[in-house]
Amino acid sequence: MEKLVVIILSVVLVNNFILVRFLGLCPFLGVSREIKSSVSMGVAVIFVMTLASICTWFIQYYLLVPYKVEFLQTIVFILVIAALVQFVEMVIQKVSPVLQKALGIYLPLITTNCAVLGVCILNIREDYNLLETIVHGFGAGLGFTLAIVLMAGIRERISLGKVPQSMQGFPISFIIACLMALSFFGFQGFFSHS
Amino acid sequence: MAFHSEFTKGIWRENPVFRIVLGICPTLAVSTQVSNGIGMGLAATFVLLGSNIIIALIRKGIPDKIRIPAFIVVISTFVTIVDLFMAAYTPGLHERLGIFIPLIVVNCIILGRAEAFASKSTVWMSIADALGMGGGFTVALTIISSIRELLGNGTLLGFQVLPDAFSPAVIMILPPGAFLTIGALLGFFNYLSNRKST
Repeated sequence: MEKLVVIILSVVLVNNFILVRFLGLCPFLGVSREIKSSVSMGVAVIFVMTLASICTWFIQYYLLVPYKVEFLQTIVFILVIAALVQFVEMVIQKVSPVLQKALGIYLPLITTNCAVLGVCILNIREDYNLLETIVHGFGAGLGFTLAIVLMAGIRERISLGKVPQSMQGFPISFIIACLMALSFFGFQGFFSHS
Repeated sequence: MAFHSEFTKGIWRENPVFRIVLGICPTLAVSTQVSNGIGMGLAATFVLLGSNIIIALIRKGIPDKIRIPAFIVVISTFVTIVDLFMAAYTPGLHERLGIFIPLIVVNCIILGRAEAFASKSTVWMSIADALGMGGGFTVALTIISSIRELLGNGTLLGFQVLPDAFSPAVIMILPPGAFLTIGALLGFFNYLSNRKST
């Protein structure tokens, strides 16, 4: 139990996927103009990451390892994620048109989100068991959501301010991300005493 | 002539990192040392070259509806080759780049070029495009990692460049430094092109 808490805290705060590991920067910069859409993106990512973590864990230990084809990991995982996203999209379309409207355009974007493939590969590299994998996948999504919503909040405010012409758009977003990463750095010593 | 212009456009005019802002994740993550940056750039260039050639060769045979999965299979095949190759011959670099080698698969530059260029062009032109874009990516990585290694560690490619009196700004090789470097560089390049156009 203690280990699960450590995993979730570390992946949300200490090793935040966006700000410390640099995974999933494209949606982080692309979909962080307003808080509302960034929340939708975050929810979609949490959902897909948790699901993808579970699927790839089973594939790794019940398919790749018994048949000794671990070197196919990259190919298999990315295909599974792509298929999974497509499948989730179809299910949501059938089950809940409301949810479809909220998440619709974000789901296809997730396929090429390196954070999803990243979390699946990390699960395997860290030798997590199934429960830890689920918690890690969920926590990674949560950390992603936290960072993207904070970013959107700051960008909403900064769009009202005066930014030098050359710094508008991407440059100022990176500077904001720098300051956010700096403040998240404060969490670094979190587990040193335990 | 055309080959030449396809090649040079990737280096500067349409530089994937500085002008189009693609492939940011690996750029920021591995640019702590110049050697990492160059290694990553070359690995991505190889994958880009391989996937562009294959996709340009089979582009007429791929049904339009499943083209993205088909591209991904081709790309991930080359990524697996690079991954195994680097594990065998450059284990140190392989260790340092870590998870970002398999993640070349989802590097937007490579899928982007497959979709936007190789699936519509001849093999010859696709080679030029891949070398140009890969070169541009490598150049960008080298610039960013030089700045970070120099300021954060006082070295370049592992050799001490700045005198001992210079106390390294460690923040530059930590994550916030990566964001700061690319933000400042993008702003600087915007400034240059704004000034040129007025």
